[in-house]
Amino acid sequence: MGSIWEYANPVKFSRTVSAVLPYVAAAALGCLAVGLVWGFFFTPDDYRQGATVKIIYLHVPAAMIAINAWLMMLAASLIWLIRRHHVSALAARAAAPVGLVMTLIALATGAIWGQPMWGTWWAWDPRLTSFLILTLFYLGYIALWEALEDPDTAADLTSVLCLVGSVFAILSRYAVNFWNQGLHQGASVMRVEAVTGADTEEKVSNVFFAPLMVCMAGFVFLFLALVLLRTRTEIHRRRLKAIEARERMA
Amino acid sequence: MIALLLRDLKLAVRAGGGFGLALAFFLIVVVLVPFAVGPNTSRLAPIAAGVLWIGALLACLLSLDRMLALDHEDGTLDLLATAPIPLEGVVLVKACAHWLTTGLPLTLVAAPLGVLLNLPQPGYGWLVLSLACGTPALSMIGAFGAALTVGLKRGGLLLSLLVLPLYVPTLIFGAEVARRGAEGLETQVPLLLSCAITLGVLAAMPFAAAAALRINLR
Amino acid sequence: MLSVTDLTCARGGVPVTEGVSFRLDAGEALVLRGPNGIGKTTLLRVIAGLAPPLAGEVEGAEGIAYAGHADGIKAQLSVTENLRFWAAAFGTTDISPALDAFNLRELAHRMAGTLSAGQKRRLGLARLLVTGRPVWVLDEPTVSLDTASVALFADAVRAHLASGGAALIATHIDLGLEARVLELAPFKAKPATRASDFDEAFL
Repeated sequence: MGSIWEYANPVKFSRTVSAVLPYVAAAALGCLAVGLVWGFFFTPDDYRQGATVKIIYLHVPAAMIAINAWLMMLAASLIWLIRRHHVSALAARAAAPVGLVMTLIALATGAIWGQPMWGTWWAWDPRLTSFLILTLFYLGYIALWEALEDPDTAADLTSVLCLVGSVFAILSRYAVNFWNQGLHQGASVMRVEAVTGADTEEKVSNVFFAPLMVCMAGFVFLFLALVLLRTRTEIHRRRLKAIEARERMA
Repeated sequence: MIALLLRDLKLAVRAGGGFGLALAFFLIVVVLVPFAVGPNTSRLAPIAAGVLWIGALLACLLSLDRMLALDHEDGTLDLLATAPIPLEGVVLVKACAHWLTTGLPLTLVAAPLGVLLNLPQPGYGWLVLSLACGTPALSMIGAFGAALTVGLKRGGLLLSLLVLPLYVPTLIFGAEVARRGAEGLETQVPLLLSCAITLGVLAAMPFAAAAALRINLR
Repeated sequence: MLSVTDLTCARGGVPVTEGVSFRLDAGEALVLRGPNGIGKTTLLRVIAGLAPPLAGEVEGAEGIAYAGHADGIKAQLSVTENLRFWAAAFGTTDISPALDAFNLRELAHRMAGTLSAGQKRRLGLARLLVTGRPVWVLDEPTVSLDTASVALFADAVRAHLASGGAALIATHIDLGLEARVLELAPFKAKPATRASDFDEAFL
C-alpha cells in the first residue's frame, strides 16, 4: 500500500514505534547533551547579560515546542474528525501533557531569566501573557479528556475544543498585543531584551546560534520520543479496555 | 424557535435563580471590592471599569451550567434533537435566552453599580455600551462550553475552566472600551473589535456548540 | 414508512446489536422485545437519529416522533403550556385531541411539577399526538402507568395506527395490540474475532 495511513492501524503503529523509539530517544539525549554542554560551557558570556543568557538553551526550544505541540494536536484532531483514526486522537491526547510541561518550562525559565534582566519575575508583556493563556488552554483540554468516560465521545469533544481553542488562542494573541500597547507605551524596553529582539539576535547569530540549533533539535526529538511513547501507552490502555469489554460481552 | 425562546424566558422567570442570582452576585462582587481595595476614591476610580467587567463576566458564568444541563436531564434535548428545529438554532436560542435573562439585566444595572465604585463621569455610557456589545458573546461562548460538558455529572467547574480562556478576547476589548471611555480617550477601535468578536462568535459558535451537543447526545 | 436495513448499533464504542432489519408500513406496529442490556434503547436512539449507526441504514427517520425514558416535561410549566410548546416546536397548533386521548383535561392547568409519575408519563405520551409525526418510536412507554392508563395508551396507539400511522415499541408488557414481535436476542453482536483491519483492532 505504502500510504502513510497504514500507520493509523494501532498494531502497525505500535510495532513501528517500538522499532523507532530507541533511536529517537538516543537522538534526543545526544543532541541535548551536546547542545547544553556546548552552550553552557563553551560559549562566551554575553557582554550585557552575563551568564544569564545561557538559559536561552532551555527557554527558546521549550517555547517553540510548546506552540508546535498545540499545532500538532490541532492537526491530529482534524485527522481524527475527518478520517476517524483512533491513533490520531490518542496522539493528540498524548501530546497535551508534554505541551503543557513545555509551556511551564518556558514560563519558569523566562521568569528566572527575567528577574536579573528586567528586575521582575513577571511582567504582563504580550508574549508572556499569551503563553499564560496557552497554559490555560492546555489545562482545559487535558481536563476535558480526563472528565469524559467514553473514549470516542472524549476524542470528538476534545477535537472540537482544540479547533475552537486554536481560533481563540490566535484571537487572544492579537487582543493581548492590543491590550498591552494600550496599557503602557513603554513596553519597548522589554521588546529589546526579548529573545527575538535586535540586541540579542545579533549575538545569537554569531556564537550562540549553533548550540541553540542543536538544543532545538534535541527538544524536537525529545518531544517526538515522549509523544510516541505516550501514544503507544494510550494504545495499550485502549486495547486493555477493549479486551475487558469483550470479556464482559462473552 | 420563538416558542423555545418564550418557554426558556418563562422558565427563567418562574424558576427564579436566573435573573435574581446573577444580579445579586454582581452586586456582591461590586460591594466586596472596596472592602478589599480600600475606600479611597482615587484608588477605586481607575479600576472601576475593570471590576465591573469582571463582575459581569463572573455573574454570567454562574448560570451557564443550567443552560443545557437541565434540558439534558429531563430529556428535552433528546426530543428537541428529533424536532424539526436544527440544533444550531436550539443552541442559538438558548444563548439568546441566557443573554436576555443575565447579560441584559447585568448591562442595565452596571451603571448604578458604577456609582458605588466612583466610575469617572464620562465612563457610564461607554460601560453600558461595551457590556451591551460584549455580553452576547459571553452567552454564546458559554453555550459552547455548556454543550461540551452537558453529559457530565459535575460539569460546572470544568465548564468554567474551559470557558474562561475563551472569554479573554471579549474581556480585553470590552473592558478596554469601558476604561478608555472612563479616561476620556478614543474608544472607537476597541469598540469595533469587540463588536467584531461578538458578531463572529454569534455567526460561527452555534455550529461548534451544536456539533458538541450532537456528540454528547448519542 | 420506516425501513431499517442491516443496522449495527454500538454503545460506548462496542457493538451490541448487529444485522437488524425490518420494515414498518402504515397501520403497522412492531413490538421490540429482549432481555435487559440487549440494546433496545440504543437501537431506538439510532433509529430516531440521535446516535449514528455503526453500519446499516435507516430510511424514513424524518417522520419519527421519539419518546424515551425521560419525558421532557418542565415542572414550572402547566400541562397545557408543556403541550403547547411541543406543538409549536413541531409546527402544529391543536393540542385538544392530545388532552382528550390521555384524559388530561382536568389536569390541563396544573403545574407539571405537581403531577404524579403516572400523570407525567401520560403527559409525555400526549406529546406524541401533538407532533403530528406518523411514526412513533417508543422506549418503554408504559413505565409507571396504571392498568387504566395502559389501556388508554393502547387505545391511542390503535387510533394512531387506524389513521395511517405506525409504531415501534420496546416494551415487556402485553398491550393487547395487533402487532408483530421482533425478538432482539438473536441479533446480539458477536465478539469480534481477532479483527486486524485498521482501527477495528480496538474493538
